[in-house]
Amino acid sequence: MRLSRLSRTTLGVVTALILVIVYVPLFVVLVNSFSTSTSLTWPPPGFTLEWWQKAFQSAGAMEAVLTSVQIAIIATLVSLALGTLISLALQRFDFFGRDAISLLVILPIALPGIITGIALNNFFRTIMGVPLSIWTVVIAHATFCIVTVFNNVIARLRRMGTSLEEASADLGAGVWTTFRLVTFPQLRSALLAGGLLAFALSFDEIIVTTFTAGSGVTTLPIFILNNMFRPNQAPIVSVIAVVLVLVSIIPIYLAQRLSSDTEQKAP
Amino acid sequence: MTDQQPAIRLSGLTKEFGAVTAVDHVDLEIAAGEFFSMLGPSGSGKTTVLRLIAGFEQPTGGTIELFGDDVTKRAPFDRDVNTVFQDYALFPHMSVLDNVAYGLRVRGIGKSERNERARKALAAVRLEQMADRKPSQLSGGQRQRIALARATVVEPKVLLLDEPLGALDLKLREQMQVELKEIQRDLGITFIFVTHDQEEALTLSDRVAVFNNGRIEQLGTPAELYERPVSRFVADFVGTSNLFDDDRSRAILGRGGQHSVRPEKMTVGAGAGEAGEGVINAAGTVVETIYLGSGIRIVVDLDAGLRVSVLEQNDRNRRHDEDRGDRVVVSWHDGDVVALGGADAAAPAPA
Repeated sequence: MRLSRLSRTTLGVVTALILVIVYVPLFVVLVNSFSTSTSLTWPPPGFTLEWWQKAFQSAGAMEAVLTSVQIAIIATLVSLALGTLISLALQRFDFFGRDAISLLVILPIALPGIITGIALNNFFRTIMGVPLSIWTVVIAHATFCIVTVFNNVIARLRRMGTSLEEASADLGAGVWTTFRLVTFPQLRSALLAGGLLAFALSFDEIIVTTFTAGSGVTTLPIFILNNMFRPNQAPIVSVIAVVLVLVSIIPIYLAQRLSSDTEQKAP
Repeated sequence: MTDQQPAIRLSGLTKEFGAVTAVDHVDLEIAAGEFFSMLGPSGSGKTTVLRLIAGFEQPTGGTIELFGDDVTKRAPFDRDVNTVFQDYALFPHMSVLDNVAYGLRVRGIGKSERNERARKALAAVRLEQMADRKPSQLSGGQRQRIALARATVVEPKVLLLDEPLGALDLKLREQMQVELKEIQRDLGITFIFVTHDQEEALTLSDRVAVFNNGRIEQLGTPAELYERPVSRFVADFVGTSNLFDDDRSRAILGRGGQHSVRPEKMTVGAGAGEAGEGVINAAGTVVETIYLGSGIRIVVDLDAGLRVSVLEQNDRNRRHDEDRGDRVVVSWHDGDVVALGGADAAAPAPA
């Protein structure tokens, strides 16, 4: 497509503006983590590595990282297992209510977090009578982490078609052997992509976490929120934010590369 | 060997997909060692019959017997038949050798034995040097032969082939036809071959079933199908035919009913046409002549109101070329006229 000089310039400026609006604040956070000021003032009065050192020595911050990692790993594993099973069921079998179930599986990622949070909080405490803990957070996260796995796996299954599985059965393999030797190897990269996205989603989730975490369960996002406005902690929060950005970029980047050959991108 | 069980016996086989009847009460026996083709246009039910035999689909009604055993309810992995798929369905993450050895592996045969047998099967299709490649590194014709090796290494009683040559170009297809025939003779197993290519079916098969609308329209040897089609559909689908409907039959052949005459049984001449017992002459005007190399197709509009196609050999006896608009006489022998019956046969003669 050919564009006039004027429209090319205009579109270029608009694109640059939007990218600036998105990335300058992130850059400010990065700079603040090296600033001598404790109150996030701008421009930074001086350069220091003090906050980086303090952040890595802060017991609260380290514990929060560990909690977040634990929750994200378990929620991801649960999502991988359940997401794969539901994808297989919906893509390989025909049954009553299939479309309805397909919608119900995807819905949690579209629901506002605050609704999911309140609903689960109510469900756990009032209806089930279960005290909030790290496990209630895991279950809450799994409800929407399943969706990324589901989307990746079902797109792969659809593209793969049934003929490989039929060929396997035809050559004498039972259902389980076919899954182990043929279906699973074909799904591996889709599972990795879905799993990485699920991990990233869980790792920085805050709204649902706030409603479903038991007392004493402090994930990294909650830790940041709690410390953001404490005068002496603000630069440490900046450091954590920078680390969080780096940690989030890697799985997203990998997931995008892995799923770039599937027709349906995960949300 | 006349008392031997048929390799496949289908009785009243029916498959409905919702309101659509894909296969409609098909009865069929296929002898052991036969090269059998199922021919028909897309949607005629031939592939569904193949998938029913393989066990990928469950019939709505009827039974499937394999050498006398009722296998109707058995899963695909529990049937002694193997399939060569239209898209080959090779496992992309496995090497060629692992693909071929797959059927032996899932039967629990040890690594050294299954690799040895897989190598032998690869040698049979002359691809032993490709053992360590991935399927994506092979050409279409090579994939086709790998699929064949993979399906035959487990020594099935019946091999099902679902349009296996459809994706190949013409030269390769002709070469693979010869190879398929050789392999079938060497292995001595029953081949059931699905195709929409009538020439392929006639070339390869001992017997052919022509499918239309989920039923077998005609079952016979290639020569029977070509020389004596029973219906308008078969006459039209297998080869080319000049079809005479009831009115034209009365006008030109002097009798009612539907008839067909093959283009190569007709000749085009100038003047009064041929004389002799049983020769039918019909005057007309040349519409088109098409040069085919070994032959020439001449399209003539007969004065009686029928367009016919005549195929003449481009041999040394051919003296003159017809031009568009030339007045000619088309001649054929009454013995080459085939009366068509079947469901779409002539309506009752008007009084």
